Amino acid sequence: MSASGYAVLAEGVVKRYGGRKGAAEKRALDGFDLAVRPGTVHGLLGPNGAGKTTAVRVLATLLRYDAGRVEVAGLDVAREPRGVRGRIGLTGQYAAVDEVLTGRQNLEMFGRLFHLGRAGARRRAGELLERFDLVEAAGKGVTEYSGGMRRRLDLAASMILAPAVLFLDEPTTGLDPRGRGEVWDAVRALVAGGTTVLLTTQYLDEADRLASHITVIDRGRAIADDSPDGLKDRVGGDRIEVVAAEAADLPAVAKAVGRVAGGGLVVTDDTGRRVHTQVSDRVAALTEVARALQDEGIAVEDIGLRRPSLDDVFLRLTGHGTDLEVAA
Amino acid sequence: MTALELNAHTGPERSRAHWLLADCWNITRRSLTHYQRQPLAIVWQLGFPIVSVLLYGYVFGSAMKVPGGGDYREFLMPGMFATTMTMGFMSTAMAVVTDAGKGVIDRFRSMPMAPSAVAVGRGAADLVVACAELTILALTALAIGWRAGGGPLEAAGAFGLLLLLRFSLIWVGVWLGLMVPTPESAGGLYAVAFPVTMISSALVAPSLMPGWLGTAAAWNPVSSTVTAARELFGNPVASGGTWVEEHALLMALVWPLVITLVFLPLAVRRFQRLSR
Repeated sequence: MSASGYAVLAEGVVKRYGGRKGAAEKRALDGFDLAVRPGTVHGLLGPNGAGKTTAVRVLATLLRYDAGRVEVAGLDVAREPRGVRGRIGLTGQYAAVDEVLTGRQNLEMFGRLFHLGRAGARRRAGELLERFDLVEAAGKGVTEYSGGMRRRLDLAASMILAPAVLFLDEPTTGLDPRGRGEVWDAVRALVAGGTTVLLTTQYLDEADRLASHITVIDRGRAIADDSPDGLKDRVGGDRIEVVAAEAADLPAVAKAVGRVAGGGLVVTDDTGRRVHTQVSDRVAALTEVARALQDEGIAVEDIGLRRPSLDDVFLRLTGHGTDLEVAA
Repeated sequence: MTALELNAHTGPERSRAHWLLADCWNITRRSLTHYQRQPLAIVWQLGFPIVSVLLYGYVFGSAMKVPGGGDYREFLMPGMFATTMTMGFMSTAMAVVTDAGKGVIDRFRSMPMAPSAVAVGRGAADLVVACAELTILALTALAIGWRAGGGPLEAAGAFGLLLLLRFSLIWVGVWLGLMVPTPESAGGLYAVAFPVTMISSALVAPSLMPGWLGTAAAWNPVSSTVTAARELFGNPVASGGTWVEEHALLMALVWPLVITLVFLPLAVRRFQRLSR
């Protein structure tokens, strides 16, 4: 695909805002690195304001950058933006489709603007409507679409050229669980067709479900680059958590929980009457702890498994959590 | 033959100029399809000038005198034409700010199409709509007794000047549309647009206004187009005798050129600043 062998390659990218007329300079990207292998889904994970959207806008030729090097689909973004535009698809944070037109009219218009010609645009629109399960709604105005349908139309519009690289900027933000599921299915289908996907998200579980590789971004810089499992291992993986009914039972609860602790620390939180520890086999751990507590006749208020959240990842990787305002 | 393979993927091979025109046409077509999809919108847009003509012509018109004599409704019609053309920049601005807010402009910018087509295609659609507005207004005017007594060539010239004013304001609309953050805030622009059309010779002769206001009204670009159109249509002109009123034909060409020269580069720069 390119000399580097990567579908997307960013090296030391800097993007500055402000800094004029005495305004404080802000670095939205501050030496950002990213390497995405062809044919994979790569997650770009970070909280609001970490630089995810800026990164995608730079990669998709929408924003000029101040320093560094960016290569997408084998082309230098600064030198050949138009060539890059012919090889990428972009789905931004808002469904960027024409609200007034019908689904079919949208796809045909974008197809003609992608220079497929009239007949080519019509044929491609038909294919994409079918592929994204929008045939029935094709003749309806987009205003009548549900959130998930809009997103699917948006995805279809970014797939018109069957792009080598597809950028998805928080594609499920604001969707209900059903809409999220629809979008996830569509993304999986695209990758099966050979497209490389760069997906930004605030949700660790979304990156976990879709991506084979995750880059964590904080304050405009990549702070971790790993597989989802590797990342979770570094964060501490899944945890089992028991809330005791009586504070006096806490030592006994800690003992029961300790039986499944995979060598990690058993943490007792007195004020919350909580005991938690990291586990490897989720179901076995839950069963075993529940049985042990039952055998000893200890009453519990709550028992459950908790997956690490983005907050956990951040706390572990940066020590400052996701709330940048407080940390900065 | 790698080139052939690429072509099979990206559609027919044509020259750059061909695609520029095709891109513009596709954006124009998109804007016009909006009217086809929303017939009510065009009824409102075309209905408003008709209602204005009736309101100003009969409610206000009953109390109006034209300095130097002449029928007020004859005097009013070129003013209504120009007012409608002037207010048109609002629909340009609204369309641009809506596209920008919904990310549609970003989508266009991430595609291999000509970036200029986004504005040029929009402007072409606006001019088509302006022609429809002028047609409806002229028919209404004829129905209430307005006549263009100056001959067909002169009348065509007058409509040409009105469209030239509308053309120059496309760039004001694009620029404003990229400046304001939301369609809601763009609605506030009516507060600016309304006085701009009122403080002109469109409804009342500047010579009847207080001194400073009359001067401002006479020098308003809208006034030059209105006065020039009155001369060409053979309608009452009611000139106050100032230089700018006496050279209305010249100024009806100069003003739109000046507006275009100022706001076209501003709009282009604003568009380019999207990538900063």
